[in-house]
Amino acid sequence: MAQITLSNLRHSYHPNLKSDADYALKKIDLTWEDGGAYALLGPSGCGKSTLLNIISGLLVPSEGKILFGDQDVTSLPPAKRNIAQVFQFPVIYDTMTVYDNLAFPLRNRGRDEDIVKQRVTAIAEMLEVTDMLNTRAANLSPDNKQKISMGRGLVRQDVNVVMFDEPLTVIDPHLKWKLRSKLKELHQRVKATMIYVTHDQTEALTFADKVVVMQDGEIVQMGTPVELFERPAHTFVGHFIGSPGMNVLPCDVKGGAAFFGGEQVSLEGPAKDVADGGAEVGIRPEFVSIASNGQGVDAVVRKVADVGRHKVVEAIAHDSRIHAILEGEAPSAGEAVKLQFKQSQTRLYKDGWLASSPEEAA
Amino acid sequence: MKTQNQRAWFFVLPVLLLVAFNALIPMMTVVNYSVQETFGDNLFFWEGLRWFQEVLQSERFHNALGRQFFFTFMILIIEIPLGIAIALSMPKKGPWVPVCLVLMALPMLIPWNVVGAMWNIFTLPDIGLLGYFLNHTLGISYDMTQDPVAAWVTIIVMDVWHWTSLVVLLSYAGLVSIPNAYYQAAEIDGASNWAVFRFIQLPKMKTVLTIAILLRFMDSFNIYTEPFVLTGGGPGNSTTLLSIDLVKIALGQFDLGPAAAMSLIYFAITLLTSWLFYTLMTRDDNKA
Amino acid sequence: MRMRNLVPILYILFLMLPIYWLVAMSFKTTNEILSGFSLFPQTWTFENYIAIFTDPTWYWGYINSIIYVTLNTVISVSVALPAAYAFSRYSFVGDKHLFFWLLTNRMAPAAVFALPFFQLYSAVGLFDTHLAVALAHCLFNVPLAVWILEGFMSGVPKELDETAYVDGYSFPRFFMTIFLPAIKSGVGVAAFFCFMFSWVEMLLSKTLTAVEAKPIAAVMTRTASSAGYELGLLAAAGTLTIIPGAIVIYFVRNYIAKGFALGRV
Repeated sequence: MAQITLSNLRHSYHPNLKSDADYALKKIDLTWEDGGAYALLGPSGCGKSTLLNIISGLLVPSEGKILFGDQDVTSLPPAKRNIAQVFQFPVIYDTMTVYDNLAFPLRNRGRDEDIVKQRVTAIAEMLEVTDMLNTRAANLSPDNKQKISMGRGLVRQDVNVVMFDEPLTVIDPHLKWKLRSKLKELHQRVKATMIYVTHDQTEALTFADKVVVMQDGEIVQMGTPVELFERPAHTFVGHFIGSPGMNVLPCDVKGGAAFFGGEQVSLEGPAKDVADGGAEVGIRPEFVSIASNGQGVDAVVRKVADVGRHKVVEAIAHDSRIHAILEGEAPSAGEAVKLQFKQSQTRLYKDGWLASSPEEAA
Repeated sequence: MKTQNQRAWFFVLPVLLLVAFNALIPMMTVVNYSVQETFGDNLFFWEGLRWFQEVLQSERFHNALGRQFFFTFMILIIEIPLGIAIALSMPKKGPWVPVCLVLMALPMLIPWNVVGAMWNIFTLPDIGLLGYFLNHTLGISYDMTQDPVAAWVTIIVMDVWHWTSLVVLLSYAGLVSIPNAYYQAAEIDGASNWAVFRFIQLPKMKTVLTIAILLRFMDSFNIYTEPFVLTGGGPGNSTTLLSIDLVKIALGQFDLGPAAAMSLIYFAITLLTSWLFYTLMTRDDNKA
Repeated sequence: MRMRNLVPILYILFLMLPIYWLVAMSFKTTNEILSGFSLFPQTWTFENYIAIFTDPTWYWGYINSIIYVTLNTVISVSVALPAAYAFSRYSFVGDKHLFFWLLTNRMAPAAVFALPFFQLYSAVGLFDTHLAVALAHCLFNVPLAVWILEGFMSGVPKELDETAYVDGYSFPRFFMTIFLPAIKSGVGVAAFFCFMFSWVEMLLSKTLTAVEAKPIAAVMTRTASSAGYELGLLAAAGTLTIIPGAIVIYFVRNYIAKGFALGRV
């Protein structure tokens, strides 16, 4: 077990590069702490699977290095890296029994049958598949098959990292949460580093202690679920996480103050070093409310959706759409309202990146 | 779940009529001959099971059947492993794949008697490419019209040439349908090349290999035209396979009764062996 | 180049050698062939090909073959389509037995049927017609076509049918405008195999014809035996029989591998 460091990683599938756009991964620098539960979150095609395959050794990066602890493993094949990977579609060896499937990685490494038996029994118990050990793996249901592939990853005690590549894609919705909590529980028991790749924010946020958000081959932000929610470092993160995502409103910056449709918007703190001109204001729907004192941004309600616990209001202000999440009473469609933004949660973004910082005093 | 629908018979009817016309009527003719004796002029005499007894006891039939089984056995034991090996070494994708497939399929699209004629020309001792090479370059005496061993080797090599591609194409189709994740998982699990073959590739090829073995069995067991054109069953009777012998009896000697009885026995053996193969190959699927 | 690429290359080389020799022979003069071994034709001649293209018995052999092969392909595929649909979509009394019985017809040695076929087609007055050969070849091509098409059709979700009916399509219109396009590669593969097995089959086509519908392959054997060993002519005729197959296979090259994989056992 070791800390995993990615340094100056770049990767391209094209043999001859013409521009930066040919890179599937653009310069990644990242450290995964030993024993952490990570999620790698991003839309399809953002390069997260590429990154995963580079860590596991199925791909050799075009540039850069991968370190496991102090050892440079960049050119080592997967079998030599002591890693485990669970794929999108369950990979099981059809002709073997569940027991033989779980024992396969150990036997390939020439472990004693005693140790094999002990490990397989332990893992089977954790996964609650003990009663299936002697059945043919081909006859299992998809979720049990996926459990077995996970088990093959966990059966070796010395793995540096276990990686999951969208492992719940083919699992029935009602079994997804069961497997997900099983995974979380397994992480606490085996204490191995785990990296969970997904495009589903719920999966990422519930599984991981730390989430890495990727877009277009770049890492946009790494942080705890709370950090990602409260202080998105990029409007993309704001959009991608949350339902509905963060409101991003066009604004003008003049002397460090932001103006939305001519009205000044109070930010969380000063936007230092932001040149005058176009920028964006970001505010989560959770922090937008209807003003009762007659002050705020003029808006017209277009739609109200009742999603159970709360209501999602969609309003138009200065030609921009603003979502607000309201508890209890909500205006009806067509009504003119004034919207208020919670100041401590109102941030400024320049070229997509976070540009404001909270007031020192607060 | 399929819909229960007896009207489906209506859809199947054309096929049924066509195949029944081609299969049942001739089969009844054969059955009819097999229990009668004729001296021409449409005069028939009831013979009961005499022809069946005669055929089953005749040494000639035993020998032909023995040769037939030996031929089919050799074909399967060479073509199946060879076909798998070639399929395994083919590239998975790339511009050369269609080129390879087209070239490999070519022998299967040549009329069977042309195959025989082609190999005849190819193996002529003095002016055939192979014959000349063996006799004059390597100094191995080779003439399949004289030497039964040479004749046997030639018809087997010819069939390998003709039909191994079928096994290659089927195996290849099975191989390319294996998702990449299987190979990646095996790599991570530290599996050897042999283990990848034994536990991933072979199981995934099972369906297509079942088809391959069945087709190769049926077709090699029923083979007629190619060896007939190449060796005519000779030298002597050394390469007289079952169907060659059958045609000799039926059309050469016009012994319709024994020929018909032999046909039915022949058909029954093919059917039984195919069924046995099929049951053995799919046995595991039906379990639990 | 890696070692493993050598295997298919060597194999293809082995496949091409006899074909090369046939083609080389076809361009040699009879004198050259009889005078001894030569790797390449010393004096190129088109005599053999000219002989074939100027003699009606020869070139009619080709036309006959192409007529009955095409006829067989059309008949086999068009009767197999509804049957395959029934097998893939419905369950009915005796469906499993019927499917198996169809397949057993592929197992019947053609030699067994040669004589009864001759008598049957003579009795119905079809002897020595293209239709006779085309129908006879249905014996093994129809089961094959049903088998291949059934595999492809089972890959099309049943929801497609149901959606079409909900949208108000009649069955024939649904089948022609929606279902057929969805399995067109399957139809291509089935047609390819029907073509192939009809084109290469010899015993039945020779038995069922005399003059009018005599296939090229049969013309060849007669010429070879009656006029002694006209090897050059034989080689040229043989070379010409390879061409239609080569053309057809070129068109389906991208479906070959896939078509094989989708059959049902």
